[in-house]
Amino acid sequence: MLAMQTQTLTQRLANPSNFMALSARLLPWCWGLATALLAVGLYLAFFGSPPDYQQGQTVKIMYIHVPAAWLSMLVYALIAVSSFGFLVFRHPLADVSAKAAAPTGATFTFLALATGSLWGKPMWGAFWVWDPRLTSVLILFILYLGLIALRSSIEDEALASKLTAVLSLVGIAILPVIKFSVEWNSLHQPASVMRLGAPTIHPSLLWPLLVMALAMTMLFLAMQLKAMRNEILRRRLKTLRRVAAESAAGLSQQPAH
Amino acid sequence: MDLGPHATYIWSAYAVVGVTLLALIAWLFLDGRRQQRLIEEIEARGRARKRS
Repeated sequence: MLAMQTQTLTQRLANPSNFMALSARLLPWCWGLATALLAVGLYLAFFGSPPDYQQGQTVKIMYIHVPAAWLSMLVYALIAVSSFGFLVFRHPLADVSAKAAAPTGATFTFLALATGSLWGKPMWGAFWVWDPRLTSVLILFILYLGLIALRSSIEDEALASKLTAVLSLVGIAILPVIKFSVEWNSLHQPASVMRLGAPTIHPSLLWPLLVMALAMTMLFLAMQLKAMRNEILRRRLKTLRRVAAESAAGLSQQPAH
Repeated sequence: MDLGPHATYIWSAYAVVGVTLLALIAWLFLDGRRQQRLIEEIEARGRARKRS
């Protein structure tokens, strides 16, 4: 009883049963909030914001491209923090979080590349250029695929978790490269929102962008909670199968009376 | 709504995002339902074995 009382909030949340109960309550709110924010964001993007003075209506691609690009980096940072938590504190839920986030992170990175490509063609005249920003984001995408492939290629789950965690910590070096790559002879425009000093983007374009970024972050949160629940169920199923197999083997070894 | 001469690129970008995210969400729900069903099946088999 005393042990229960002295548990920290992190320890209570790290318990898979507590996480399942809490996430079941949170998930409907996350999906609902994400849907509502997406509706508002899309309305602002299409009906509440003017065309850009240089880029015209193609600026509307920014409202999905920039949130996807932010999330591609944010999700990787989450994977790295979770991996650190798993390697140092041995929290099984941290490993669940790292594993669950990888496909979602890869998806957002793919979307950042695809929407960037569709924005690049009318603005730069090419779907792809070997620009520092584009190339470093492509490396991030390959890194995500590497994390997924490494984990699924090793049968021993504990070993797969450790190796994937180490690779994700090594791979975090790509994040500052992506961030500062726009300053290295890049076609890509420099940061206009997340920078020292005030954003250089006009408020009529900034607000729809911020709402869409919040909407897609909330959507990611809902997807992450759902993916973590699925992973906990998958591990529970694996344990149940092992127990069933052991009990069947025990019964078959009992002498007949 | 007039999206100008580059409307195809704008609609394509939104379509790629919409289809990809919907597919990911659908996969998450189908995967969750599958895991839950398999757990219920194995628990039901365990209960049946105990009764017999």
